[in-house]
Amino acid sequence: MKIIACIKQVPDSEAKVRAEGGKISWGDAPLVINPFDEYAVEGALQQKEATSGTVTALCIGPESAKEALKHALAMGADDAILVSDPALNEIDTVGAARVLAAAIQKIGGVDMVVFGRQTLDSGSGLTPAQTARVLGWPMLGLAGQIKVEDGSVTVERVIEEGRQIVKAKSPVVISVVQSIGEPRYPSFMGIRKASKAEIPIWSLNDLGVSAPAPIVTRTELMNPPARDTNVEIITGESPADIADKLADKIIAEKVL
Amino acid sequence: MKTFVYIDHFKGEVQPGSWEALGLAKTFGAATALVFGSAVEDVAKAAFEYGADEVLLADDPVLLDYRAEPYASTLSALASSSTPDLILFPTTTRTRELAAMSALDLNSNVITDATAVEINSDTIFVTRPIYEAKLFEKVTASARPQLITLRGRAFPKPEQEAGRTGTITKVEAKTEALSSVEGYSVAEVGVSLNDAGVIVSGGRGVSNNPSLQPPAGMDDKQAEVWRAQQGFKLVGELASVLGGAVGASRAAVDAGYIPYSNQVGQTGKVVAPDLYIAAGISGAIQHLAGIRSAKMVVAINKDADAPIFKVARYGVVGDLFVILPALTEAFKKKLGK
Repeated sequence: MKIIACIKQVPDSEAKVRAEGGKISWGDAPLVINPFDEYAVEGALQQKEATSGTVTALCIGPESAKEALKHALAMGADDAILVSDPALNEIDTVGAARVLAAAIQKIGGVDMVVFGRQTLDSGSGLTPAQTARVLGWPMLGLAGQIKVEDGSVTVERVIEEGRQIVKAKSPVVISVVQSIGEPRYPSFMGIRKASKAEIPIWSLNDLGVSAPAPIVTRTELMNPPARDTNVEIITGESPADIADKLADKIIAEKVL
Repeated sequence: MKTFVYIDHFKGEVQPGSWEALGLAKTFGAATALVFGSAVEDVAKAAFEYGADEVLLADDPVLLDYRAEPYASTLSALASSSTPDLILFPTTTRTRELAAMSALDLNSNVITDATAVEINSDTIFVTRPIYEAKLFEKVTASARPQLITLRGRAFPKPEQEAGRTGTITKVEAKTEALSSVEGYSVAEVGVSLNDAGVIVSGGRGVSNNPSLQPPAGMDDKQAEVWRAQQGFKLVGELASVLGGAVGASRAAVDAGYIPYSNQVGQTGKVVAPDLYIAAGISGAIQHLAGIRSAKMVVAINKDADAPIFKVARYGVVGDLFVILPALTEAFKKKLGK
Protein backbone atom coordinates (compact mmCIF):
# COMPACT_ATOMS: atom_id res chain seq x y z
CA MET A 1 0.00 0.00 0.00
CA LYS A 2 1.22 3.46 -0.87
CA ILE A 3 0.36 5.67 2.06
CA ILE A 4 0.69 9.43 2.52
CA ALA A 5 0.76 10.98 5.99
CA CYS A 6 -0.16 14.67 5.88
CA ILE A 7 1.40 16.73 8.63
CA LYS A 8 1.79 20.32 9.72
CA GLN A 9 4.25 22.19 11.91
CA VAL A 10 2.84 24.15 14.86
CA PRO A 11 4.10 25.82 18.05
CA ASP A 12 4.62 23.35 20.86
CA SER A 13 1.54 22.68 22.95
CA GLU A 14 3.39 23.85 26.10
CA ALA A 15 3.86 27.30 24.53
CA LYS A 16 2.29 30.33 26.14
CA VAL A 17 0.58 31.67 23.05
CA ARG A 18 -0.35 35.37 23.25
CA ALA A 19 -1.67 38.10 21.00
CA GLU A 20 0.94 40.84 20.82
CA GLY A 21 0.43 43.86 18.61
CA GLY A 22 -2.13 42.03 16.50
CA LYS A 23 0.27 39.14 15.89
CA ILE A 24 0.45 35.68 17.38
CA SER A 25 3.46 35.18 19.63
CA TRP A 26 4.60 31.90 21.13
CA GLY A 27 7.77 33.27 22.70
CA ASP A 28 10.77 31.03 22.27
CA ALA A 29 8.71 27.83 22.27
CA PRO A 30 9.86 25.43 19.56
CA LEU A 31 7.90 24.57 16.43
CA VAL A 32 7.05 20.87 16.38
CA ILE A 33 5.04 18.37 14.38
CA ASN A 34 1.36 18.94 15.16
CA PRO A 35 0.65 16.47 18.01
CA PHE A 36 -2.47 15.13 16.25
CA ASP A 37 -0.33 14.43 13.18
CA GLU A 38 2.01 12.22 15.17
CA TYR A 39 -1.01 9.94 15.47
CA ALA A 40 -1.47 10.20 11.70
CA VAL A 41 2.13 9.08 11.15
CA GLU A 42 1.63 6.28 13.69
CA GLY A 43 -1.56 5.13 11.92
CA ALA A 44 0.18 5.26 8.55
CA LEU A 45 3.15 3.26 9.85
CA GLN A 46 0.83 0.60 11.29
CA GLN A 47 -0.72 0.15 7.83
CA LYS A 48 2.70 0.17 6.18
CA GLU A 49 3.67 -2.73 8.43
CA ALA A 50 0.38 -4.57 7.92
CA THR A 51 0.54 -4.31 4.11
CA SER A 52 4.29 -4.16 3.40
CA GLY A 53 3.71 -0.69 2.06
CA THR A 54 5.46 2.66 2.09
CA VAL A 55 4.78 5.91 3.90
CA THR A 56 5.49 9.36 2.46
CA ALA A 57 5.18 12.31 4.82
CA LEU A 58 3.72 15.40 3.13
CA CYS A 59 3.71 18.91 4.54
CA ILE A 60 2.84 22.45 3.43
CA GLY A 61 4.99 25.04 5.13
CA PRO A 62 8.13 27.16 5.08
CA GLU A 63 11.59 25.62 4.69
CA SER A 64 11.81 25.27 8.48
CA ALA A 65 8.89 22.82 8.40
CA LYS A 66 11.41 20.24 7.18
CA GLU A 67 12.03 19.61 10.89
CA ALA A 68 8.48 18.29 11.28
CA LEU A 69 9.00 16.04 8.24
CA LYS A 70 12.25 14.79 9.76
CA HIS A 71 10.33 13.78 12.86
CA ALA A 72 8.03 11.68 10.65
CA LEU A 73 11.07 10.17 8.91
CA ALA A 74 12.66 9.38 12.27
CA MET A 75 9.46 7.62 13.33
CA GLY A 76 9.75 5.41 10.25
CA ALA A 77 8.35 7.17 7.19
CA ASP A 78 10.19 6.17 4.00
CA ASP A 79 10.39 9.60 2.44
CA ALA A 80 9.11 13.14 2.77
CA ILE A 81 8.01 16.00 0.55
CA LEU A 82 7.67 19.67 1.49
CA VAL A 83 5.34 21.91 -0.49
CA SER A 84 6.64 25.42 -0.01
CA ASP A 85 5.83 28.63 -1.80
CA PRO A 86 5.54 32.24 -0.62
CA ALA A 87 2.06 32.31 -2.15
CA LEU A 88 0.95 29.72 0.41
CA ASN A 89 1.37 31.94 3.46
CA GLU A 90 -2.24 33.13 3.50
CA ILE A 91 -4.18 30.07 2.34
CA ASP A 92 -7.15 28.74 4.27
CA THR A 93 -8.25 25.10 4.57
CA VAL A 94 -9.79 25.02 1.09
CA GLY A 95 -6.50 26.26 -0.34
CA ALA A 96 -4.53 23.70 1.67
CA ALA A 97 -6.86 20.93 0.48
CA ARG A 98 -6.44 21.89 -3.17
CA VAL A 99 -2.66 22.05 -2.86
CA LEU A 100 -2.42 18.76 -0.93
CA ALA A 101 -4.70 17.05 -3.44
CA ALA A 102 -2.49 18.27 -6.28
CA ALA A 103 0.61 16.96 -4.49
CA ILE A 104 -1.07 13.60 -3.81
CA GLN A 105 -1.99 13.32 -7.49
CA LYS A 106 1.54 14.23 -8.53
CA ILE A 107 2.94 11.51 -6.25
CA GLY A 108 0.54 9.12 -7.99
CA GLY A 109 -0.66 5.59 -7.24
CA VAL A 110 -1.63 6.52 -3.70
CA ASP A 111 -3.92 4.08 -1.85
CA MET A 112 -4.42 5.88 1.46
CA VAL A 113 -3.97 9.40 2.82
CA VAL A 114 -3.85 9.78 6.60
CA PHE A 115 -4.41 13.04 8.49
CA GLY A 116 -4.54 13.92 12.18
CA ARG A 117 -7.99 15.01 13.17
CA GLN A 118 -7.08 18.72 13.47
CA THR A 119 -4.17 21.06 14.03
CA LEU A 120 -3.34 22.76 17.30
CA ASP A 121 -3.14 26.21 15.73
CA SER A 122 -6.36 26.94 13.86
CA GLY A 123 -7.97 23.73 15.02
CA SER A 124 -10.76 23.78 12.48
CA GLY A 125 -10.27 20.15 11.37
CA LEU A 126 -11.65 20.86 7.89
CA THR A 127 -8.68 20.00 5.67
CA PRO A 128 -9.00 16.18 5.68
CA ALA A 129 -12.61 16.16 4.42
CA GLN A 130 -11.92 18.96 1.95
CA THR A 131 -8.92 17.11 0.54
CA ALA A 132 -11.08 14.00 0.14
CA ARG A 133 -13.69 16.09 -1.63
CA VAL A 134 -11.17 17.57 -4.07
CA LEU A 135 -9.79 14.11 -4.83
CA GLY A 136 -13.27 12.57 -5.04
CA TRP A 137 -12.15 9.82 -2.65
CA PRO A 138 -14.17 8.44 0.26
CA MET A 139 -13.60 10.19 3.60
CA LEU A 140 -13.21 7.89 6.56
CA GLY A 141 -13.04 10.44 9.35
CA LEU A 142 -12.00 10.16 13.01
CA ALA A 143 -10.76 6.60 12.78
CA GLY A 144 -9.75 4.94 16.03
CA GLN A 145 -8.84 1.76 14.20
CA ILE A 146 -7.99 0.93 10.56
CA LYS A 147 -8.14 -2.44 8.81
CA VAL A 148 -7.15 -3.12 5.20
CA GLU A 149 -8.50 -6.17 3.38
CA ASP A 150 -8.75 -6.99 -0.33
CA GLY A 151 -8.49 -3.40 -1.49
CA SER A 152 -11.06 -2.22 1.04
CA VAL A 153 -10.42 -0.13 4.10
CA THR A 154 -12.59 -0.46 7.21
CA VAL A 155 -12.35 2.02 10.06
CA GLU A 156 -13.95 2.33 13.44
CA ARG A 157 -15.00 5.92 13.52
CA VAL A 158 -15.19 7.51 16.96
CA ILE A 159 -18.35 9.63 17.19
CA GLU A 160 -20.28 11.24 20.04
CA GLU A 161 -22.54 8.23 20.40
CA GLY A 162 -19.88 5.51 20.27
CA ARG A 163 -18.29 3.92 17.23
CA GLN A 164 -19.47 3.67 13.64
CA ILE A 165 -17.84 1.01 11.47
CA VAL A 166 -17.42 2.29 7.91
CA LYS A 167 -15.94 0.58 4.88
CA ALA A 168 -14.78 1.94 1.52
CA LYS A 169 -12.68 0.92 -1.44
CA SER A 170 -9.23 2.46 -1.63
CA PRO A 171 -7.96 5.01 -2.42
CA VAL A 172 -9.34 6.63 0.72
CA VAL A 173 -8.67 9.64 2.93
CA ILE A 174 -8.60 8.92 6.66
CA SER A 175 -8.33 11.15 9.68
CA VAL A 176 -7.29 9.48 12.91
CA VAL A 177 -7.96 10.07 16.59
CA GLN A 178 -5.81 9.13 19.55
CA SER A 179 -7.29 5.64 19.93
CA ILE A 180 -5.16 4.65 16.93
CA GLY A 181 -2.31 4.11 19.41
CA GLU A 182 0.47 6.11 21.04
CA PRO A 183 2.89 7.47 18.43
CA ARG A 184 6.13 5.52 18.50
CA TYR A 185 9.32 7.24 19.58
CA PRO A 186 11.86 7.85 16.85
CA SER A 187 14.55 5.16 16.95
CA PHE A 188 18.24 6.01 17.04
CA MET A 189 18.61 4.63 13.51
CA GLY A 190 15.55 6.59 12.44
CA ILE A 191 16.96 9.84 13.76
CA ARG A 192 20.25 9.21 11.95
CA LYS A 193 18.45 8.45 8.72
CA ALA A 194 16.24 11.53 9.08
CA SER A 195 19.16 13.85 9.74
CA LYS A 196 20.75 12.83 6.46
CA ALA A 197 17.56 12.82 4.40
CA GLU A 198 17.27 15.08 1.37
CA ILE A 199 13.73 16.44 1.42
CA PRO A 200 12.51 17.67 -1.98
CA ILE A 201 10.65 20.98 -2.10
CA TRP A 202 7.75 21.37 -4.51
CA SER A 203 6.51 24.81 -5.49
CA LEU A 204 3.02 25.66 -6.74
CA ASN A 205 4.55 25.78 -10.20
CA ASP A 206 5.69 22.17 -9.81
CA LEU A 207 2.14 21.22 -8.88
CA GLY A 208 0.51 23.27 -11.62
CA VAL A 209 -1.94 24.93 -9.23
CA SER A 210 -2.33 28.44 -7.92
CA ALA A 211 -3.00 29.42 -4.32
CA PRO A 212 -6.70 30.18 -3.91
CA ALA A 213 -7.41 33.39 -2.01
CA PRO A 214 -8.72 32.71 1.48
CA ILE A 215 -12.47 33.15 1.93
CA VAL A 216 -12.23 33.68 5.67
CA THR A 217 -9.94 36.45 6.89
CA ARG A 218 -8.98 37.54 10.40
CA THR A 219 -9.94 41.03 11.50
CA GLU A 220 -8.89 40.87 15.13
CA LEU A 221 -6.83 38.77 17.52
CA MET A 222 -7.72 38.67 21.20
CA ASN A 223 -6.29 37.26 24.37
CA PRO A 224 -8.93 35.43 26.35
CA PRO A 225 -10.56 37.44 29.12
CA ALA A 226 -8.68 37.14 32.40
CA ARG A 227 -10.38 34.97 34.95
CA ASP A 228 -11.26 36.16 38.42
CA THR A 229 -8.37 34.38 40.06
CA ASN A 230 -9.06 34.89 43.74
CA VAL A 231 -9.43 31.36 44.96
CA GLU A 232 -11.16 30.83 48.25
CA ILE A 233 -9.74 27.81 50.00
CA ILE A 234 -12.40 25.99 51.98
CA THR A 235 -11.23 24.56 55.27
CA GLY A 236 -13.09 22.82 58.07
CA GLU A 237 -12.99 20.52 61.05
CA SER A 238 -13.64 17.38 59.05
CA PRO A 239 -14.06 16.30 55.43
CA ALA A 240 -17.82 16.32 55.99
CA ASP A 241 -17.62 19.88 57.31
CA ILE A 242 -15.51 21.02 54.32
CA ALA A 243 -17.86 19.27 51.90
CA ASP A 244 -20.87 20.84 53.56
CA LYS A 245 -19.42 24.36 53.27
CA LEU A 246 -18.24 23.82 49.70
CA ALA A 247 -21.61 22.44 48.59
CA ASP A 248 -23.35 25.49 50.10
CA LYS A 249 -20.98 27.84 48.28
CA ILE A 250 -21.50 26.06 44.97
CA ILE A 251 -25.29 26.03 45.36
CA ALA A 252 -25.23 29.76 46.22
CA GLU A 253 -23.32 30.48 42.98
CA LYS A 254 -26.29 29.08 41.00
CA VAL A 255 -24.11 27.06 38.67
CA LEU A 256 -26.07 23.84 39.13
CA MET B 1 -30.24 37.27 6.47
CA LYS B 2 -31.58 34.07 4.99
CA THR B 3 -30.44 31.43 7.44
CA PHE B 4 -30.42 27.65 7.26
CA VAL B 5 -29.83 25.57 10.36
CA TYR B 6 -28.60 22.03 10.01
CA ILE B 7 -30.16 19.76 12.64
CA ASP B 8 -27.60 17.11 13.56
CA HIS B 9 -28.92 13.83 14.93
CA PHE B 10 -27.91 10.23 15.43
CA LYS B 11 -30.73 7.80 14.67
CA GLY B 12 -33.22 10.52 15.51
CA GLU B 13 -31.45 11.63 18.72
CA VAL B 14 -30.76 15.32 18.13
CA GLN B 15 -27.45 16.84 19.26
CA PRO B 16 -28.65 19.63 21.58
CA GLY B 17 -26.31 22.14 19.92
CA SER B 18 -28.70 22.02 16.95
CA TRP B 19 -31.33 23.84 19.01
CA GLU B 20 -28.76 26.39 20.14
CA ALA B 21 -28.04 27.04 16.44
CA LEU B 22 -31.75 27.43 15.78
CA GLY B 23 -31.96 29.93 18.63
CA LEU B 24 -29.13 31.98 17.15
CA ALA B 25 -30.67 31.87 13.67
CA LYS B 26 -33.90 33.32 15.04
CA THR B 27 -32.03 36.42 16.19
CA PHE B 28 -31.24 37.09 12.50
CA GLY B 29 -34.83 36.61 11.26
CA ALA B 30 -36.72 33.58 10.05
CA ALA B 31 -34.97 30.22 10.36
CA THR B 32 -35.15 27.27 8.02
CA ALA B 33 -34.20 23.95 9.58
CA LEU B 34 -32.61 21.21 7.47
CA VAL B 35 -33.34 17.64 8.50
CA PHE B 36 -31.62 14.77 6.69
CA GLY B 37 -32.13 11.09 7.38
CA SER B 38 -34.57 8.24 6.95
CA ALA B 39 -37.94 8.30 8.71
CA VAL B 40 -37.02 11.45 10.65
CA GLU B 41 -40.33 13.33 10.66
CA ASP B 42 -40.10 13.44 14.46
CA VAL B 43 -36.87 15.42 14.22
CA ALA B 44 -38.62 17.84 11.87
CA LYS B 45 -41.50 18.19 14.34
CA ALA B 46 -39.08 18.90 17.18
CA ALA B 47 -37.38 21.57 15.04
CA PHE B 48 -40.66 23.53 14.90
CA GLU B 49 -40.99 23.28 18.67
CA TYR B 50 -37.54 24.84 19.02
CA GLY B 51 -38.38 27.72 16.72
CA ALA B 52 -37.94 26.64 13.08
CA ASP B 53 -40.25 28.56 10.73
CA GLU B 54 -39.86 26.03 7.96
CA VAL B 55 -38.28 22.58 7.63
CA LEU B 56 -36.62 21.23 4.52
CA LEU B 57 -36.67 17.47 4.86
CA ALA B 58 -34.49 15.09 2.87
CA ASP B 59 -35.93 11.73 3.86
CA ASP B 60 -34.40 8.80 2.01
CA PRO B 61 -33.32 5.27 3.00
CA VAL B 62 -29.81 6.08 1.69
CA LEU B 63 -29.55 8.75 4.38
CA LEU B 64 -30.39 6.28 7.17
CA ASP B 65 -26.76 6.12 8.25
CA TYR B 66 -24.75 9.32 8.23
CA ARG B 67 -22.04 9.29 5.58
CA ALA B 68 -20.23 12.45 4.64
CA GLU B 69 -20.60 12.29 0.86
CA PRO B 70 -24.37 11.93 0.30
CA TYR B 71 -25.11 14.29 3.20
CA ALA B 72 -22.72 16.92 1.82
CA SER B 73 -24.08 16.58 -1.71
CA THR B 74 -27.67 16.90 -0.47
CA LEU B 75 -26.74 20.05 1.43
CA SER B 76 -24.77 21.52 -1.49
CA ALA B 77 -27.64 20.99 -3.93
CA LEU B 78 -30.09 22.56 -1.53
CA ALA B 79 -27.86 25.57 -0.83
CA SER B 80 -27.18 26.09 -4.54
CA SER B 81 -30.86 26.28 -5.38
CA SER B 82 -32.12 28.18 -2.32
CA THR B 83 -29.11 30.53 -1.89
CA PRO B 84 -29.09 31.13 1.89
CA ASP B 85 -26.64 33.70 3.27
CA LEU B 86 -25.79 31.65 6.29
CA ILE B 87 -25.79 27.95 7.19
CA LEU B 88 -25.41 27.24 10.89
CA PHE B 89 -24.46 23.89 12.43
CA PRO B 90 -23.72 22.62 15.92
CA THR B 91 -20.06 21.49 16.02
CA THR B 92 -20.15 17.69 15.96
CA THR B 93 -18.11 14.88 14.42
CA ARG B 94 -20.57 14.79 11.53
CA THR B 95 -21.10 18.47 10.84
CA ARG B 96 -17.40 19.34 10.76
CA GLU B 97 -17.05 16.89 7.87
CA LEU B 98 -20.17 17.56 5.89
CA ALA B 99 -19.85 21.33 6.25
CA ALA B 100 -16.22 21.09 5.11
CA MET B 101 -17.21 19.22 1.96
CA SER B 102 -20.25 21.27 1.18
CA ALA B 103 -18.31 24.52 1.58
CA LEU B 104 -15.87 23.29 -1.02
CA ASP B 105 -18.75 22.52 -3.40
CA LEU B 106 -20.21 25.99 -2.80
CA ASN B 107 -16.91 27.89 -3.28
CA SER B 108 -17.17 29.00 0.32
CA ASN B 109 -15.61 27.82 3.56
CA VAL B 110 -16.52 26.96 7.13
CA ILE B 111 -15.84 28.90 10.30
CA THR B 112 -15.75 26.30 13.07
CA ASP B 113 -16.31 26.47 16.83
CA ALA B 114 -17.91 29.90 16.82
CA THR B 115 -18.40 31.43 20.26
CA ALA B 116 -20.00 34.64 18.96
CA VAL B 117 -21.64 35.62 15.66
CA GLU B 118 -22.45 39.26 14.84
CA ILE B 119 -23.98 40.66 11.71
CA ASN B 120 -23.21 44.26 10.93
CA SER B 121 -24.88 45.64 7.79
CA ASP B 122 -24.63 42.29 5.99
CA THR B 123 -21.05 41.60 7.06
CA ILE B 124 -20.66 38.52 9.24
CA PHE B 125 -18.15 38.56 12.09
CA VAL B 126 -17.40 35.39 13.99
CA THR B 127 -15.33 34.91 17.13
CA ARG B 128 -13.65 31.55 17.63
CA PRO B 129 -10.93 30.02 19.80
CA ILE B 130 -7.57 29.12 18.26
CA TYR B 131 -4.40 27.55 19.69
CA GLU B 132 -6.36 25.30 22.06
CA ALA B 133 -8.38 28.32 23.23
CA LYS B 134 -5.22 30.12 24.36
CA LEU B 135 -6.30 32.87 21.90
CA PHE B 136 -9.45 34.04 20.18
CA GLU B 137 -9.74 35.44 16.68
CA LYS B 138 -12.46 37.46 15.04
CA VAL B 139 -12.90 36.56 11.38
CA THR B 140 -15.06 37.70 8.53
CA ALA B 141 -16.07 35.95 5.35
CA SER B 142 -16.48 37.16 1.82
CA ALA B 143 -18.43 34.26 0.32
CA ARG B 144 -22.11 33.35 0.50
CA PRO B 145 -23.41 31.15 1.86
CA GLN B 146 -21.11 31.28 4.85
CA LEU B 147 -21.05 28.04 6.82
CA ILE B 148 -20.53 28.32 10.58
CA THR B 149 -20.36 25.57 13.19
CA LEU B 150 -21.17 26.77 16.70
CA ARG B 151 -19.38 25.69 19.80
CA GLY B 152 -21.57 23.75 22.23
CA ARG B 153 -23.13 25.86 25.02
CA ALA B 154 -21.79 29.11 23.59
CA PHE B 155 -25.33 30.17 22.63
CA PRO B 156 -28.52 29.83 24.68
CA LYS B 157 -30.84 26.94 23.97
CA PRO B 158 -34.34 28.21 23.10
CA GLU B 159 -37.34 27.08 25.15
CA GLN B 160 -39.26 24.21 23.63
CA GLU B 161 -42.76 25.25 22.68
CA ALA B 162 -44.84 22.08 22.65
CA GLY B 163 -47.28 21.74 19.79
CA ARG B 164 -45.74 24.52 17.66
CA THR B 165 -45.87 23.39 14.03
CA GLY B 166 -45.05 24.58 10.53
CA THR B 167 -44.69 23.48 6.95
CA ILE B 168 -42.41 20.63 6.01
CA THR B 169 -41.08 20.76 2.46
CA LYS B 170 -39.64 17.53 1.11
CA VAL B 171 -36.40 17.97 -0.79
CA GLU B 172 -34.38 15.62 -2.91
CA ALA B 173 -31.65 13.52 -1.32
CA LYS B 174 -28.42 12.99 -3.23
CA THR B 175 -27.71 9.34 -2.89
CA GLU B 176 -24.28 8.65 -4.37
CA ALA B 177 -22.28 7.12 -1.52
CA LEU B 178 -18.59 6.22 -1.46
CA SER B 179 -18.69 4.10 1.68
CA SER B 180 -20.90 1.63 3.49
CA VAL B 181 -21.75 1.48 7.18
CA GLU B 182 -21.06 -1.99 8.55
CA GLY B 183 -22.33 -1.43 12.05
CA TYR B 184 -22.13 0.44 15.30
CA SER B 185 -20.93 -0.10 18.78
CA VAL B 186 -22.81 2.51 20.68
CA ALA B 187 -21.15 3.41 23.95
CA GLU B 188 -22.92 4.15 27.19
CA VAL B 189 -21.86 7.76 27.06
CA GLY B 190 -24.10 9.27 29.73
CA VAL B 191 -23.88 13.05 29.59
CA SER B 192 -21.56 14.24 26.83
CA LEU B 193 -18.75 16.63 27.77
CA ASN B 194 -19.78 19.05 25.04
CA ASP B 195 -23.28 19.53 26.38
CA ALA B 196 -22.63 19.16 30.08
CA GLY B 197 -23.62 21.91 32.49
CA VAL B 198 -21.45 20.26 35.13
CA ILE B 199 -18.22 18.34 34.61
CA VAL B 200 -16.31 16.48 37.30
CA SER B 201 -12.82 15.58 36.12
CA GLY B 202 -10.11 13.37 37.52
CA GLY B 203 -6.38 13.55 36.92
CA ARG B 204 -3.35 11.50 37.65
CA GLY B 205 -4.10 11.96 41.36
CA VAL B 206 -7.03 9.54 41.24
CA SER B 207 -4.65 6.55 41.29
CA ASN B 208 -2.85 7.87 44.35
CA ASN B 209 -4.67 5.98 47.07
CA PRO B 210 -2.20 3.50 48.58
CA SER B 211 -4.71 2.35 51.18
CA LEU B 212 -6.74 0.56 48.48
CA GLN B 213 -5.73 -3.08 48.21
CA PRO B 214 -5.90 -4.31 44.58
CA PRO B 215 -7.05 -7.88 43.87
CA ALA B 216 -4.26 -10.48 44.04
CA GLY B 217 -2.27 -11.30 40.93
CA MET B 218 -2.00 -7.78 39.47
CA ASP B 219 1.36 -6.36 38.48
CA ASP B 220 2.25 -2.80 39.48
CA LYS B 221 0.77 -1.18 36.38
CA GLN B 222 -2.47 -3.16 36.63
CA ALA B 223 -2.72 -2.24 40.29
CA GLU B 224 -2.22 1.42 39.46
CA VAL B 225 -4.96 1.36 36.81
CA TRP B 226 -7.23 -0.54 39.17
CA ARG B 227 -6.66 2.08 41.88
CA ALA B 228 -7.35 4.85 39.37
CA GLN B 229 -10.60 3.19 38.33
CA GLN B 230 -11.72 3.14 41.97
CA GLY B 231 -10.84 6.85 42.06
CA PHE B 232 -12.85 7.53 38.90
CA LYS B 233 -15.81 5.76 40.51
CA LEU B 234 -15.82 8.52 43.12
CA VAL B 235 -15.56 11.12 40.34
CA GLY B 236 -18.46 9.44 38.54
CA GLU B 237 -20.63 9.32 41.67
CA LEU B 238 -20.27 13.06 42.23
CA ALA B 239 -20.93 13.73 38.53
CA SER B 240 -24.02 11.56 38.70
CA VAL B 241 -25.49 13.39 41.71
CA LEU B 242 -24.93 16.69 39.91
CA GLY B 243 -26.31 15.38 36.60
CA GLY B 244 -22.95 16.04 35.02
CA ALA B 245 -20.33 14.40 32.83
CA VAL B 246 -17.03 12.77 33.72
CA GLY B 247 -13.86 14.34 32.36
CA ALA B 248 -10.18 13.58 32.69
CA SER B 249 -6.79 15.17 32.26
CA ARG B 250 -4.42 14.03 29.57
CA ALA B 251 -2.19 12.48 32.24
CA ALA B 252 -5.05 10.23 33.36
CA VAL B 253 -5.90 9.28 29.76
CA ASP B 254 -2.28 8.60 28.82
CA ALA B 255 -1.86 6.42 31.90
CA GLY B 256 -4.77 4.30 30.64
CA TYR B 257 -7.13 5.12 33.51
CA ILE B 258 -10.03 6.24 31.34
CA PRO B 259 -10.81 6.39 27.58
CA TYR B 260 -9.62 9.24 25.43
CA SER B 261 -13.20 10.38 24.79
CA ASN B 262 -13.25 11.74 28.35
CA GLN B 263 -10.18 13.95 27.87
CA VAL B 264 -10.47 17.67 28.46
CA GLY B 265 -7.87 20.09 27.15
CA GLN B 266 -4.94 19.56 24.75
CA THR B 267 -5.79 17.14 21.96
CA GLY B 268 -8.99 16.59 23.89
CA LYS B 269 -12.12 18.64 24.23
CA VAL B 270 -12.57 22.32 24.91
CA VAL B 271 -15.53 22.47 27.28
CA ALA B 272 -17.83 25.18 28.58
CA PRO B 273 -19.77 23.92 31.62
CA ASP B 274 -21.26 26.17 34.28
CA LEU B 275 -19.35 24.22 36.92
CA TYR B 276 -16.06 22.35 36.49
CA ILE B 277 -14.78 20.33 39.43
CA ALA B 278 -11.16 19.21 39.02
CA ALA B 279 -10.03 16.42 41.33
CA GLY B 280 -6.39 15.43 41.45
CA ILE B 281 -5.60 17.58 38.39
CA SER B 282 -2.55 19.80 38.75
CA GLY B 283 -3.53 22.04 35.80
CA ALA B 284 -1.17 21.87 32.84
CA ILE B 285 -1.41 24.89 30.53
CA GLN B 286 -3.31 22.85 27.92
CA HIS B 287 -5.83 21.64 30.47
CA LEU B 288 -6.39 25.18 31.73
CA ALA B 289 -6.96 26.37 28.15
CA GLY B 290 -9.52 23.59 27.66
CA ILE B 291 -11.59 24.76 30.64
CA ARG B 292 -11.26 28.50 30.08
CA SER B 293 -14.91 28.84 29.12
CA ALA B 294 -16.12 27.12 32.29
CA LYS B 295 -18.15 29.61 34.34
CA MET B 296 -16.75 28.37 37.64
CA VAL B 297 -13.90 26.04 38.53
CA VAL B 298 -13.59 24.17 41.81
CA ALA B 299 -10.27 22.43 42.52
CA ILE B 300 -9.51 19.60 44.90
CA ASN B 301 -5.82 18.81 45.16
CA LYS B 302 -3.29 17.69 47.76
CA ASP B 303 -0.74 20.18 46.47
CA ALA B 304 -1.60 23.74 47.54
CA ASP B 305 0.77 25.07 44.85
CA ALA B 306 -0.94 23.25 41.96
CA PRO B 307 -1.63 25.70 39.07
CA ILE B 308 -5.29 24.60 38.97
CA PHE B 309 -5.91 26.75 42.06
CA LYS B 310 -4.96 29.83 40.04
CA VAL B 311 -8.11 29.48 37.92
CA ALA B 312 -10.38 28.11 40.64
CA ARG B 313 -13.06 30.07 42.48
CA TYR B 314 -13.12 27.57 45.34
CA GLY B 315 -10.45 25.12 46.35
CA VAL B 316 -9.90 22.35 48.83
CA VAL B 317 -6.35 21.39 49.69
CA GLY B 318 -6.86 17.78 50.63
CA ASP B 319 -7.25 14.15 49.72
CA LEU B 320 -9.76 13.66 46.92
CA PHE B 321 -10.54 10.15 48.18
CA VAL B 322 -11.96 11.70 51.33
CA ILE B 323 -13.35 14.96 49.93
CA LEU B 324 -15.16 13.59 46.86
CA PRO B 325 -17.38 11.09 48.72
CA ALA B 326 -18.10 13.71 51.40
CA LEU B 327 -19.07 16.19 48.70
CA THR B 328 -21.28 13.60 47.00
CA GLU B 329 -23.07 12.98 50.31
CA ALA B 330 -23.43 16.71 51.00
CA PHE B 331 -25.02 17.34 47.58
CA LYS B 332 -27.29 14.31 47.93
CA LYS B 333 -28.68 15.80 51.12
CA LYS B 334 -28.89 19.39 49.93
CA LEU B 335 -30.33 18.62 46.52
CA GLY B 336 -32.77 16.12 47.98
CA LYS B 337 -31.46 13.12 46.03
